[in-house]
Amino acid sequence: MTSTAAVIAVFVYMLSTGAYFAYLFVQKEYFYKYGYWLFAAGFAFHTIFMGMKVSMLGHMPGFSLSQTLFMAAWCVAGVFVLLHKKLDLKFFGIYVAPLVLIIMLFATLLPDTMHITASGGQTDMQLKDLKNSFWLIAHIVTVFFGEAAFALAGGVGAFYLIQEAAIKNKKRGFFFRRLPSLERLDAAGYACLVVGFTMLTLGLITGIVYARMVWGRFWAWDPKEVWSGLTWLVYAALLHQRLVVGWRGRRAAIMAIIGFCLLLFTFLGVNFFLEGHHGIFTSMQ
Amino acid sequence: MAFSPACNRDGLTGMKTDTIETDTREAILLVGVNHETAPVEIREKLSFSPDEVPEALESLIIEAPVNEVMLFSTCNRVEVLFTTKTPGPAVAAIKQFICDFKTISGDAFENCLYRYNGDEAVRHIFRVASGLDSMMVGEPQIFGQVKEAYRQAVNKKTAGVILNRLIHRTFFVAKRVRSETGIGASAVSVSYAAIELGRKIFGDLAGRRVLLVGAGEMAELAVEHLVSHRVGEVYVANRTFERAVALAERFNGKAVSFKEIGDTLQFADIVISSTGAPEVVITKQQVKAVMRSRRNSPVFFIDIAVPRDIDAAVNRIENAYVYDIDDLKSVVDENLKQRRREAVKAERIVDQATLKFRTWYDSLDVVPTVVALREKMNVIADAELERTLRAMPDLADRERQALYTMADAMVNKIMHDPTLFLKKMAGKPDTEKNRYLDVIRRLFNLEE
Repeated sequence: MTSTAAVIAVFVYMLSTGAYFAYLFVQKEYFYKYGYWLFAAGFAFHTIFMGMKVSMLGHMPGFSLSQTLFMAAWCVAGVFVLLHKKLDLKFFGIYVAPLVLIIMLFATLLPDTMHITASGGQTDMQLKDLKNSFWLIAHIVTVFFGEAAFALAGGVGAFYLIQEAAIKNKKRGFFFRRLPSLERLDAAGYACLVVGFTMLTLGLITGIVYARMVWGRFWAWDPKEVWSGLTWLVYAALLHQRLVVGWRGRRAAIMAIIGFCLLLFTFLGVNFFLEGHHGIFTSMQ
Repeated sequence: MAFSPACNRDGLTGMKTDTIETDTREAILLVGVNHETAPVEIREKLSFSPDEVPEALESLIIEAPVNEVMLFSTCNRVEVLFTTKTPGPAVAAIKQFICDFKTISGDAFENCLYRYNGDEAVRHIFRVASGLDSMMVGEPQIFGQVKEAYRQAVNKKTAGVILNRLIHRTFFVAKRVRSETGIGASAVSVSYAAIELGRKIFGDLAGRRVLLVGAGEMAELAVEHLVSHRVGEVYVANRTFERAVALAERFNGKAVSFKEIGDTLQFADIVISSTGAPEVVITKQQVKAVMRSRRNSPVFFIDIAVPRDIDAAVNRIENAYVYDIDDLKSVVDENLKQRRREAVKAERIVDQATLKFRTWYDSLDVVPTVVALREKMNVIADAELERTLRAMPDLADRERQALYTMADAMVNKIMHDPTLFLKKMAGKPDTEKNRYLDVIRRLFNLEE
């Protein structure tokens, strides 16, 4: 039953991706509309699936790689649906729909096994309570939404670089007609950054509070903590430069992409290559 | 769906088609000159001002043997579209009318005149309104001009059923061409190409500040386009300050001296340069110096001058974009090629529409209308009979036969008066006949 909702969501996202690609090649307004409505429908099924998952697990999904990916895809889709009007970037689904689709495919293909070992003599019951702690839920939600917004910012940055190169080098190719103006892309990227940064900041704060509650210390130099801190610093620097000296355009776009790469590593890489207390949530064996 | 071989209601039972008077149909014709057939010296002599058109229409409908007539006159064409039963005399009369009205001898334009008949005329007007016959393929103004010409014909009541239909089809075709092909999608002049690029950088041009350096037709045209996009302050710099003041007045802007260019770069988002200076007017150092105080907001340089005014190296500065005249020309060339490709698609739409109009036109006569009307009645009667009989499977053959006969008789009775009326119509003047035929066809929805 639960997996049916996921399969439907994947299928509808697939249709949406198809419609967006059709829009990319044949510039017909209705393809873009279908693309968006299908995406919204996919998101609805996805939301139902997440709801079912929560009631089944009894806590937020986010404690296995599969769950994490479902959650990540859901957040990216959610941020896109929320910011859709504000960003007003018609072509943007061409990036988001396939991205969500791919994450979803991975998530459905991976086994959903949890490897949470009761460490430090905690009983299963205590563990369950821990997972339902307000601070942990807030931590997961804000971090994921922040990361989703940064994923969008990275995508917008890539589009900016393509369009900027077309104008600068006077080689108007396939994308020149299809992509919006530089100013619009820059503004959209900035909006995503602001949302992402706010969320990530809240995510770090709630994480720190939670760490204090569970482990009795604010900061443990856990690899994920270190990398998250680093990512936060990069984005903080980017925003600071933008506000103070007006870093914008190409440089801001490149930074947004670098930031997103760093984020991806923090999100996935740290779990695979480095050890730490976040690892138990997303280990894959 | 013939239920009974005994009653054959197909065809034109009870009506002898050959008794209807069918004299020659009226034809659609078009005569005129355009930029391809006539040089401007002749076109300007032939052209009708908007005030002259109503007067000309009034005279034409009286003097020439035409049923309906429309006249459109732009700087690139003068054309008369009309319907008539006697094409030869009608064309001669129209030529004579133009000679008299414009006091010009017929020989002067005889060789430039083209004459289209029937489908050709229909296709021509479709092509004209879609911008396919324009000097600049795909230009949009012509559509409005056709609209205006039609409005005047309607005011003077010189457009009847055929031209009404034709022009409405024309609008439909032109809109379709515009929305389904990219024929008007891209800029085909240097100044428009510059605006288009500007929009790809800034999105909305409203409120952007413009600096014009030097003067020149193309540069001023570009500024005018920009002003129509509601740009912000316009600064004008010129070596002779008086000239700058004069230009600034024209654009409602501010004159600045040549020395102030460097400072003005701080505010200007779009810089158009077109001086006769032999050396570079805006250097890389100058632009680099202001980028910080501009907080890196993008600046777009349009260099129309030859030799160039703006150091090409400026393009290497982040958020600064330089397009010189050759860059802009290559954009225009590319767009023109694109337009020509799209024109092929547009011609296909026009061809389809011409065929469709032909079908309608052929049907707009007494015989086809009577046939279509009777067919419609038969189809309805058959369908209802079948339904009724299916609901009553126990009926005897005799009773079924009676029902057939009844339906048959009803169709014949209903058709009697309209058939008589239409027969009478065949002898009436075309404009009146067409009006009734049109109403009947629409009333009974015979178009499908």
